[in-house]
Amino acid sequence: MRFVFKTNYIQDIRPWKDGYQLSLYLFLLALVFSAPWLLDDFFLGELTNVLIWAIAGLGLMILTGHTGQVSLGHAAFLAFGCYANVALIEAGVPFLLAFPLSGILTGIAGVTVAIPALRLHGIYLAIFTLALSILMDDIIVLAEPITGGVTGKFVGGVEIFGKLVDRWATPVEFFWLVLGVTLLVTIGYINLLRAPLGRSFIAVRDSEVSAQAMGVDIARTKMISFALSCSVTGWAGALMGLYAGAFNNETFSVLISIQLLMMIVIGGLGSIHGAFLGAIVVGFLPQFLSISKEYVGAIFGGNAVAIPGLEFGIFGMILIAFILFEPLGMYGRWLKIRTWFELFPFYRKEMFKRQKSYLKTERLR
Amino acid sequence: MSLLEFESVTLKFGGLTAVDNLSFEVEEGEVFAIVGPNGAGKSTVFNLISRFYDPFAGSIRFDGHDLLRVKPSGVASYGVARTFQNIELFEHATVLQNLLVGRHRHRRTNLVSEILFLPSVRQQEIKNREKVEEIIDFLDLQAFRDKMISGLPYGVRKVVEVARALATDPKLLLLDEPASGLSVEETTDMRWWIDDIRKQMGITVLMVEHDMGLVSGVSDRVLAMADGAKLALGPPEHVQSHPAVIEAYLGKAS
Ligand SMILES: Nc1ncnc2c1ncn2[C@@H]1O[C@H](COP(=O)(O)OP(=O)(O)OP(=O)(O)O)[C@@H](O)[C@H]1O
Ligand SMILES: [Mg+2]
Repeated sequence: MRFVFKTNYIQDIRPWKDGYQLSLYLFLLALVFSAPWLLDDFFLGELTNVLIWAIAGLGLMILTGHTGQVSLGHAAFLAFGCYANVALIEAGVPFLLAFPLSGILTGIAGVTVAIPALRLHGIYLAIFTLALSILMDDIIVLAEPITGGVTGKFVGGVEIFGKLVDRWATPVEFFWLVLGVTLLVTIGYINLLRAPLGRSFIAVRDSEVSAQAMGVDIARTKMISFALSCSVTGWAGALMGLYAGAFNNETFSVLISIQLLMMIVIGGLGSIHGAFLGAIVVGFLPQFLSISKEYVGAIFGGNAVAIPGLEFGIFGMILIAFILFEPLGMYGRWLKIRTWFELFPFYRKEMFKRQKSYLKTERLR
Repeated sequence: MSLLEFESVTLKFGGLTAVDNLSFEVEEGEVFAIVGPNGAGKSTVFNLISRFYDPFAGSIRFDGHDLLRVKPSGVASYGVARTFQNIELFEHATVLQNLLVGRHRHRRTNLVSEILFLPSVRQQEIKNREKVEEIIDFLDLQAFRDKMISGLPYGVRKVVEVARALATDPKLLLLDEPASGLSVEETTDMRWWIDDIRKQMGITVLMVEHDMGLVSGVSDRVLAMADGAKLALGPPEHVQSHPAVIEAYLGKAS
């Protein structure tokens, strides 16, 4: 087992535990940075897609994973960011300005929604946001002058410093753009978690009464969380729009909202790792399924069967399996595996069991 | 002027009068205990101070401020910290993180500087940690500082809650049954800690406790309540032998 000896405060403040962990992250980063040379255009596109989903996951993670407010409506904010970005570009705003603005506008929209939502808890908030996601479909159709309604919108590449950045024409440049946004969002998120605001999110999630007693303003904290979460989701939406090239009122359906929530649950709620792990599953599941369908087709003869909704069904089954067997998600499983290796052969199952706290009787309210 | 003043405070839950025309004062520097049978309204007094409820009538003043004009999250900034009878820790965070939340009222940075983690944030964090480490040393929590709350035994959680309250740097510390569910040794530790909190840190302590040994050991004055009303107030020996108190605990001899 690795023991980390702490000799000063900076060791607790910096985001990595020790040199070993730092070199691991640097290695991963180097691997991602060399992707344009290692992967062909198709797989680079897939990796880009995973990164965009990871940004969306980070957005929802702020609200659901760290502040404990379940949202089943984040596809609405993906849509908002996507349309805001395109509308601004069409209005002649340069991309480098339109893109940040699209996130900020989505954040403002999020706060507007948060004001009535602040009074709602748990399942009621989930239902409220679900309704929002359904409503967004109609809003997009109604706002046809801006959104193109049912026909939708098409978007080509964008220009950054006179350089074309387009998913199809210049996939490598597009990858750099997405990677850049991913890194900025992740670094901001890491900073937040080691600062008072991030801790107050966790406080609100775990116990509102004691957060309040410690001086945390619950309503304000939730509002900030909504704003940050929606901004990040808006950026992810803007990138999704550029990635897809074409979108309409059905692109960001309720199913996307649910998929996003499932993604961070599978990845592991309440951790940045969870958003990335979940995105990998969501990003590669369709590929994995189509490959395995081909195999199945080859074995049983005949052409590959197309079962509608198969992807979602399998995704749902994975989710149920996780909720039953690994509520902490993939990141929780990874922590256990790591501890097993570190402590070999002394690992015991009970190490990750929750202790029951006794004395929670009615009398002692 | 007393540190905390309750003046004719009444609180009703529907038809039930949980706190009934209650008046008392807590002086700076003392350990003040509230005792009484179950349902007497002791925790409700704490919740009133935390501003979770609005009293029906009366006034609550702290350190010269009218507490009734403060919102729940503002009470901490006047220097009031508390623990909960039922332990309300942040379950999925480490002991260190829990204590750092206690520093929240000293936050001077804003959203933007925190996302960028500017030097001002770093400095504030270092300061927060210095304070928190002092408390970890004081309450012997070194072995648990990086552990998740959800994996800690009950006795340790109780201590962590006291630690988190101390991390806010309070003037007044409210302890709701600090020794309930603790073993004999843990209760003894708690007794000395409460003593040290008052003597070394100069913090006034208001506590609710059923363990009469602990109450008479540490407190200067005791308030006995039943059905939301005051029965007796004075030094521990005096209150313990007061006929109304004995009656409230044992029932009327008929
Ligand atoms: N939020 C509430 N709504 C309705 N009734 C309440 C509420 N909180 C407390 N009560 C009632 O008020 C009375 C006083 O409760 P309180 O929790 O203050 O008692 P206590 O003195 O702390 O008792 P214990 O020793 O059991 O902790 C009880 O009858 C309780 O049922
Ligand atoms: Mg009580």
